[in-house]
Amino acid sequence: MSGGHVVIVGAGQGGLQAAMSLRQEGHEGQITLIGGEPGLPYQRPPLSKAYLKTGEADKLALRPASFFESKAITLRPGIWVDAIDRAAQQVRIGSETLDYDALILATGTRNLRPPIPGLERALDLRTLEDARTLRAALDQPRRIAVIGGGFIGLEFAAVAAGLGHNVSVAEVAPRLMARAVSPEMSERFRSLHEGLGTELHLGNGVSEVTESGLLLADGTEVTADLVLLAAGVRPNVELAQEAGLEVDNGIVVGTTLRTADPQIFALGDCAAFPEATSGRRVRLESVQAATDHARCIAKAIVKGETTPYAAVPWFWSDQHELKLQIAGLADPSDESVGLEGGAVLRFRGGCLTAVETINDARTHMQARRLLGGGAVPTRDSLLEKNYDLTAA
Amino acid sequence: MVKVTYVAHDGTRTELHGDPGDSVMSLAIAQGIDGIVGECGGSMMCATCHCYVEEDWAEATGPRMDGEEDMLESAACEVTERSRLSCQIKLTEAHDGLVVHLPEEQV
Repeated sequence: MSGGHVVIVGAGQGGLQAAMSLRQEGHEGQITLIGGEPGLPYQRPPLSKAYLKTGEADKLALRPASFFESKAITLRPGIWVDAIDRAAQQVRIGSETLDYDALILATGTRNLRPPIPGLERALDLRTLEDARTLRAALDQPRRIAVIGGGFIGLEFAAVAAGLGHNVSVAEVAPRLMARAVSPEMSERFRSLHEGLGTELHLGNGVSEVTESGLLLADGTEVTADLVLLAAGVRPNVELAQEAGLEVDNGIVVGTTLRTADPQIFALGDCAAFPEATSGRRVRLESVQAATDHARCIAKAIVKGETTPYAAVPWFWSDQHELKLQIAGLADPSDESVGLEGGAVLRFRGGCLTAVETINDARTHMQARRLLGGGAVPTRDSLLEKNYDLTAA
Repeated sequence: MVKVTYVAHDGTRTELHGDPGDSVMSLAIAQGIDGIVGECGGSMMCATCHCYVEEDWAEATGPRMDGEEDMLESAACEVTERSRLSCQIKLTEAHDGLVVHLPEEQV
């Protein structure tokens, strides 16, 4: 289909990429990009990193206003879609309806707010608005408590400690970033944050956010005058669910990122898709998944391509002087083999699932190539080569 | 202000004016230059801001940064000795007049 109206719900990096890729692939019909937040689509990763230091919001825009004009992409920011009428192929926004020929759901996630008493006292860090509020609060020396020792919480903690604030992190899991990295990497980052003077409370959940800070599960009180909630996210699936589409920790899509309704696709943080190597249903929170999904969907819409989505996932996190890079996707329980240079290889059932590195772009890129190649490397084949990824 | 000329693969030249501290990538994105994608926002996680620095400017823009070479290996188009990731070229007054050429594809 090179004509027709494509409606994209969600104007984050994935939604925008879908609009751009549709034009690159030669889509000539109308494209409407609907965003819940005000303003131009912007980059989210710097919100917990560079932006907190510089406050340069104008540097975050992914594309200037003139771009949307020149590509004939109708951007409608600050708008929430109320419903999808699949039978009529329409989305409803208040009393307005928009006809679509193809619909792309790029609704992303929202912060998970666990049922902790007093949690309304905690700030969030997800949107530019959140980041502005948080940054403004850092204008004086603070005692900061972070709920959650994942990427966002730790990136923020590293910046805040670097700016001279007094920082504590409470994490319910016994180690940092437990969902995403190996125990060896968790340990490296524990040392980093403790070295920065940050107090870590691991395996200790938050029972209450009080006027004076946090009360932890074991009774420890953490004094704080600023509390950040960074306990993960949940996908925005309600729109799809209410339209009768299957939802399972995300909007369920098949190998070409199509839902059970052939006119509707989902991408990025809100999409639960089959992992190419294992067939397992996964949902990724990353720039890579959002943009690679978007390109795949644009090809499917414009050119009718049916090649299964198979891009190798990659992630990164900047914390102080350490750049953590992950190629592939490991389960928390996957085995890990630490190499001399600091890289950690992850294995499941004897097959390589992911490679974690710190400040080592070379190994990271070798791992991406290796994981993207034909056969999945096995532990035995790698061991024969002394775990030298270049030789594999 | 620092003048930078971007030469698209089809030969189209676009002159932009940036501030010291901008990167060659961020200036291009802010002004909507098509030939640069900058997917990771300058975190050196992708190679979608690949450019070729015109020979006369090689010295002023300096050598590749740590890790840049590894990322360039995954660039979509041919990598030459002039190849740089434009996110790693931070503009200074000394770059006024800089000319970079853009590859046919970034992804």
